[in-house]
Amino acid sequence: MSSNTISDLALALRRLGGTVTGGVARLGYMARFLGAILWQTPMAFRRLHLTVREIYFSGVLSLVIILMSGLFVGMVLALQGYEVLQRYGAQEQLGLVVALSLVRELAPVIGGLLFASRAGSAITAEIGLMKATEQLSAMEMMAVDPIARVVAPRFWAGVVSMPLLAALFSAFGIFGGYLIGVRMIEIDAGAFWGQMQAGVKVWPDITNGVIKSIVFGAAVSLIAVLEGYDAKPTAEGVSSATTRTVVISSLAILALDFVLTAFMFRGVGI
Amino acid sequence: MNRAAIDLWVGVFVAIGLGAILFLALKVGNLLTLDRTPSYRVEASFDNIGGLKLRSPVKAAGVVVGRVESIKLDPKTYAAVVTMRIDRDYAFSKDTIASINTSGLLGEVYIGLDAGGDTAMLNDGDRIAKTQSAVVIEKLISQFLFDKAAQGGAGK
Repeated sequence: MSSNTISDLALALRRLGGTVTGGVARLGYMARFLGAILWQTPMAFRRLHLTVREIYFSGVLSLVIILMSGLFVGMVLALQGYEVLQRYGAQEQLGLVVALSLVRELAPVIGGLLFASRAGSAITAEIGLMKATEQLSAMEMMAVDPIARVVAPRFWAGVVSMPLLAALFSAFGIFGGYLIGVRMIEIDAGAFWGQMQAGVKVWPDITNGVIKSIVFGAAVSLIAVLEGYDAKPTAEGVSSATTRTVVISSLAILALDFVLTAFMFRGVGI
Repeated sequence: MNRAAIDLWVGVFVAIGLGAILFLALKVGNLLTLDRTPSYRVEASFDNIGGLKLRSPVKAAGVVVGRVESIKLDPKTYAAVVTMRIDRDYAFSKDTIASINTSGLLGEVYIGLDAGGDTAMLNDGDRIAKTQSAVVIEKLISQFLFDKAAQGGAGK
């Protein structure tokens, strides 16, 4: 074996090692950042209006996109579900299919993805720009901790908004399913709601959906504030941080969803 | 935008969000069971309940009149004892027949009640004497095949 091949192999291994240690270091940095946010939370909540303001920006202003998406997703689910169910003569189960898929999976996941691209990217861009224009340094000069003043309110706003948005997504999706199933296809309304109520359980279905959306809200907010806080203070740095926020939070939502589903619905009858 | 307007909007947002969770829990998940109406309990034992579950409907002439409340196995007779809760608006005669049916080939399993002609009515805690067990499709098919085979043997 020539020494050239060996050095190529060593280079490849070193790159692999670098990627892994870099990833682990990033994860550790993220955990420490979360710790700092939690530590500063009492300080941030002393000025509660800052958090309320952020709930307005990430929650209230995301309402339109969440409600419209929920409505359309529910309507499509009803159309597609009916198409399959009627082959087996089980079209009365449509309400159950729509409600279970929305509450368990689609509302937290699609809601989370929309939240990441609508609110998460805005948070990163805002904090990144504050850093680029040295507002964060100015705060430190005035003995104001930017984590308490800027980061923690945005993080908690995401944690509060996300479950509410996911619940609204579910509710509007079920309403959309009702519009298509009962109003358009004319399934019996009693069977639509009855089958749904017989099949959907508050525990585990609805509670686990809410837990999922809280976890996704925390993950998206944490990634968004971290990327913004850690962005290179240039125009280019802010733009690439915004992109990273959307990409990493989307992947994190899908991966966390798999993990949570595997834990929550293991051994639960359908 | 001033602080009061933001507070108002956030209040509205949180209120409708909590309203949506409540809607999911009550209307979709049916947390408050709809059996608020006064009802009475009736027992029946079956040799085989098939796919009957808790909260399966109890129907008379296709109308839902109650729900299954509990299912137990009688340790002496090895029969399934099903307790159902029936709406107090509906009274059934003592000789009512309870049977386990399936709506459609893949539909849900329910208990069907066929009222008889007795003038005495079922009361709370009574037991329905005449029952008909679930039809197990695999048994029907194997029976059909054995019959066919027996016929084929006899025809030769």
